[in-house]
Amino acid sequence: MRLVANKTNIAMGLIILLSGLTSYAQESHIGNLVGNAKHGKALYQRYCIFCHGPEGDGNGQSAPYLDPKPRDFTKATFKCRSTPSGSLPLDSDLYDTITRGVHASGMPSWRPLLRQERADLVAYIKTFSPRFHEEKPDPPIQIPPEPSTSPESVKRGGQIFQSMNCALCHGKEGRGNGPSAATLTDTRGYPIRPFDLTSGTSSKCGNSDEGFFRDLSTGLDGTPMPSFASALKPDQIWDLVHYIATLPAAAKLADSR
Amino acid sequence: MGTGSIKRASAWLLLIVAFVSSRPAFAIPAFARKYGLPCSACHATWPLLNNFGQTFKDNGYQLGNGRDAPIYQQPDYWPITFRVLPQWHRESNDRAAVDKIAGNASAGQVETSVATSGFDTSSIDILTGGTLANNISFLVQPFINNGSSSISQAWLRLDNLARSRWLNLKLGKFELDEPISQERTLLSSNTGGTYYNYFFTPPGDSNFAGLGANQLGVEVSGHSENDYTRYSVALLGSFPTQTYNAYANVTQSFELPKLGLQRFGAYGYLGEAPTYFQTSGGAPIPGAGLGNRSFYRAGAYGIWYAGKFDFDTFFLHGQDNVFLGNSIPANQPSALPLGAVGPAWNGGFIEAHYTYNPRFVVIGKYELIRMSRQANPGIRNNLGNLDTWAVGYRWYPIMNTRAGLAWVQEYSRIINAGAAPLSGRDDIGSSLLMGFDFDF
Repeated sequence: MRLVANKTNIAMGLIILLSGLTSYAQESHIGNLVGNAKHGKALYQRYCIFCHGPEGDGNGQSAPYLDPKPRDFTKATFKCRSTPSGSLPLDSDLYDTITRGVHASGMPSWRPLLRQERADLVAYIKTFSPRFHEEKPDPPIQIPPEPSTSPESVKRGGQIFQSMNCALCHGKEGRGNGPSAATLTDTRGYPIRPFDLTSGTSSKCGNSDEGFFRDLSTGLDGTPMPSFASALKPDQIWDLVHYIATLPAAAKLADSR
Repeated sequence: MGTGSIKRASAWLLLIVAFVSSRPAFAIPAFARKYGLPCSACHATWPLLNNFGQTFKDNGYQLGNGRDAPIYQQPDYWPITFRVLPQWHRESNDRAAVDKIAGNASAGQVETSVATSGFDTSSIDILTGGTLANNISFLVQPFINNGSSSISQAWLRLDNLARSRWLNLKLGKFELDEPISQERTLLSSNTGGTYYNYFFTPPGDSNFAGLGANQLGVEVSGHSENDYTRYSVALLGSFPTQTYNAYANVTQSFELPKLGLQRFGAYGYLGEAPTYFQTSGGAPIPGAGLGNRSFYRAGAYGIWYAGKFDFDTFFLHGQDNVFLGNSIPANQPSALPLGAVGPAWNGGFIEAHYTYNPRFVVIGKYELIRMSRQANPGIRNNLGNLDTWAVGYRWYPIMNTRAGLAWVQEYSRIINAGAAPLSGRDDIGSSLLMGFDFDF
């Protein structure tokens, strides 16, 4: 009887130990919010499963009809991050994406959900990939203060737009219709369109100039959009941001002629 | 415990598990088809909206993700939904006036209990709505009831005017921005499916100012990004009445840790109604009302969440002008009874939901109305007082991308104080309903 009791104790101890080891991935930490994966699961089933699928692999029932395709959480590859290309995102990155939505995709803003609910969803989304157990996200990129825009800055940005071959995908006027646009695919092999920089509504991952700076610096993992963090200096990235900011008005002017 | 008992218990367990299975609920066909979202994204339980659904509605049926314009709809998408509730129901009235001898009206009447039952269908609602273009939304909702048809709602809305979500303009026939939506009630029975406070008219009163009725007019509304702050102001007046009423509703929400979203607000409905009409050959000329007199309804409400429970609480104070309250033309003041005053009353309800998951919800409601001042001394103090309660549940066994289906069971009871037609005792009625509420 004592032997049985000891085995039971050992088993219980192992269970507690294992649950302790996995607890990091079962939680999310956004500011003073602590997300709970168990609560997040119920929310995921209510709000997310139809697109992202029960296994989080982006194969929900609506997925065949969506363009671009829903994110595959099992790969832990996320477009909108503050961390360098290839790194896991911060919990706050996932939280921000859920809150903001992803423009020009099927992903709406879930801001109407409670902050705690969004944090719970982050915790649950992290359970789909072992990477969140095994790795830690790199430190976020630094965004230096934005210099004021000027005709010179815009001109330099235009030159960078050309030299970095941005027009190949985004087109000369930034309409997302460059010569390579039709051939682009994401890492899952699905066709993907370059962002229409003339839409003037927002960038893929945020509405501000800082959002554009971040996207250019981190790249959009899982898509052909690379990081320019090593190819360009921060001042040059700001020049590019200032140039991109002029594209909606330029396109409007061109359309009116 | 014998083998048979274990089998029976297992069968029950399986049934219960199937009943409250936490699989996600999918549906609301009209918009789910367009956006690929489950019905549970917008509905706490269909048709009750959650905050995400309320935000979607307040945004003009737009998600704001750059995919709202009709150009992004799949070619086979057709934004039409119909909803109907085939059912069996039983209605009873404990104190109906019945001829002592059937077929002989002169033999006098007695009060007795009358119950009727049978299979039936609800009216058929047909909804088509969505966006005509970015920031132009619409809804058309015809319904068919007992062979006749009508338009329940038909409106067009200009959204985000001046690029601000605080300025939206709706024109047409629409549901008022009610504190708790009559259109989206989870209760369906004859007795339980109505918020009586929305439609109440005091004894002897000629004024029908239904907060719950869809009305013609123009509405200006706005909301914050997360919909925690909302407002709406409507100018109402259906052709050819030539009277205009105003309705306003303001809502504020806040988060309580571990409990959820808490919403509270205040509303008011202020207007006037004619007390008599110009006539032609003695018959009133429609729209040619005269002697307008005022009325108002005002109150406050809250929607309180506590985990899987939520409580809708509603309070109303109403008052009508003395001429409306006594159904006397304003040009005949001498016809007013001695001591006549404008009737006043208070009312309210509390409705509780236990949402186990989007597929299963238990509902309970208690509602009351109390006259605080009768229109004249000849009316008994308690006449018009009303108590009603309802309990029920809705189970959504099948929901997919094209349809929603709920099994509904409900019992409700109403007590109209002093309204028994012969004895003046309390008049008591009840409804029992079960059926399938489905939309496609």
